[in-house]
Amino acid sequence: MTMKHLPFALGLAAFLALCGGTVHVFDNEYLYYALFTILQLTAVSVAWNIMGGFCGYINFGTAGFLALGAYVAFIAGRYFGAPLSIQIAAAAGASGLLGFLMGYMTLRLKGIFFAIGTLSIAVILETIVNNLEIVGAARGMIVIRPPVPDVFSSYTKYLFFVMAVIVSIAIALSRYIQISWIGRGLRAIRDNEEAAEGLGVPTMTLKLIAASASGALMGAAGAPVPILMSFIEPTSLFSMNYSILAMAMPLVGGTFHWIGPVIGGVVLGVLQQLVSVLISSEINVLLTGLVLILSVVLAPKGILGLLRQRRRREVTPTPQHTAQDAP
Amino acid sequence: VNISYELLAHAVLAGILLGGFYAAVSIGLAISFGYLNVPQVAHPTFLVMGGFGAVILNRYGFDPILGGLLTMPVFFAFGWAVYTFYHHSFERRGEDADLRGIAFFFGLSLVLEITLSLMFGVDQQIVSAPYIGRSIALGDFRIPYRTLIACGGALLISGLFVALLRKTFTGRAIQAVAQDETALLIVGADPVRIKQIAFAFATATTSLSGALLAIIGPVTPGLGRLYLGKVFAIVVLAGLGSIRGVLLASLVLGVTESLLLATAGTSWTPAVAFGIILVTLAVKPNGLFGR
Repeated sequence: MTMKHLPFALGLAAFLALCGGTVHVFDNEYLYYALFTILQLTAVSVAWNIMGGFCGYINFGTAGFLALGAYVAFIAGRYFGAPLSIQIAAAAGASGLLGFLMGYMTLRLKGIFFAIGTLSIAVILETIVNNLEIVGAARGMIVIRPPVPDVFSSYTKYLFFVMAVIVSIAIALSRYIQISWIGRGLRAIRDNEEAAEGLGVPTMTLKLIAASASGALMGAAGAPVPILMSFIEPTSLFSMNYSILAMAMPLVGGTFHWIGPVIGGVVLGVLQQLVSVLISSEINVLLTGLVLILSVVLAPKGILGLLRQRRRREVTPTPQHTAQDAP
Repeated sequence: VNISYELLAHAVLAGILLGGFYAAVSIGLAISFGYLNVPQVAHPTFLVMGGFGAVILNRYGFDPILGGLLTMPVFFAFGWAVYTFYHHSFERRGEDADLRGIAFFFGLSLVLEITLSLMFGVDQQIVSAPYIGRSIALGDFRIPYRTLIACGGALLISGLFVALLRKTFTGRAIQAVAQDETALLIVGADPVRIKQIAFAFATATTSLSGALLAIIGPVTPGLGRLYLGKVFAIVVLAGLGSIRGVLLASLVLGVTESLLLATAGTSWTPAVAFGIILVTLAVKPNGLFGR
């Protein structure tokens, strides 16, 4: 590991240690449920940003990828007796495959058409699940939980830690994609796809990698839900709110850097939890809408963009010298 | 499965009438998205607002259709304001306008939806009129008057729009702005002004077609989510910038949904619209009559 990656790796390790330690300190079940939700939404928006932010393809069907993960995990657990780790891997595999197909859609579709296409995938999946008896169709099904590992005193705490691991993997993968050759290629695609293609950037390969990674992470983030709720049903899993938040969080934080969706996820996630506890879940959706509008209008590059602007102003108090000033 | 021909014939007839109604709710989007390339994902929520407008006026004794016509100027002004804001904040700034524009309209539809539910609650709202609840007998079938009214409303709205597009200078300019903005500048028309007018007209139709929505059945603040797929399916299948395409695509969706409803039941119908979208995008991305 080079020096470039050391602070990042240490940061993630510290985060995981903190999450693992905190479950032995505080004992409020609701706290861990709220934290689970925040981490899950953060993981999903980090995943969304790989396709939406780095590459410029808007996925409207996030809920479909997440729900597919949850259902595949459920099937793996119920019908094949798989442990949680295998369930998560299977979920990531299935949603990654769906992501791969989504990658192929970019061959013909862009902008709003791509967005509607992804939404269509989600709704069609939901309709199939609504008619699929082996997963309880629209009624849902009770989930038989495997035993909790001894180190954790409850399911909520255990799954909170599992989600902390998933979000760490999501962030690490997103960061890797951004700083590697893949990220450079994706930026070229976002700025001008035809030009990138013309310059020999393997656009299709890159988009397929980004779409698969994005889908797989969404599926993994959905996998622990059936065990957490000890019940599985389509309405809440396919909820449009996942798709909306997955788009809102990166836009609020900033879409051009891996840390943007993390900032947006934590800020909007905490705000959401507070509002739904203190006021109501209806106001919560109103708030999401308002934050979405305000951020795209007033801070086109998100919180991250605002921070950078400020730093730039502090570093260069005098007007910047341009090329014309040079002799 | 054994299904009689009469039942199928009835399903097709019901589907045609349903299609007429779908055309009415999609025409506004055919203008705003089809002609102006505005990612108007809040269109279904505008429709629901139109429905609530008719509901409110209906409480004071106004016929829902009259209510829809009366609120039209308000919707026209609202559409004008929304487009102006959208243009200044996104279209003119350029950078990433696609993503942020979609996010803006999505946010707008959330805010409007929740505002409606805070004002009226999440319960179903209905309108009353002499023609609601009655039906006309046609052999063994009964055709509810309300579907005939909705179908007639659709023909009226689309007829008006075709006349506007073909016969007036503004209409021809709207068609031109969809193809070449620069050329429009040369003949001395302001493309932004033309788009403001067109978007305002598109929004104005949602007050009338929203009233039809309330006539067809009860409205709730969240009803827009159900129509998002339908209206986009119709506009995509029609091909951008084609009004007759909208009529044909609406019939396709209406009849398909109706046939599926008669044979497989309600649980599969949500997939029809989105299935049409995926198949169209995969096979014929320009739609039936796309430019």
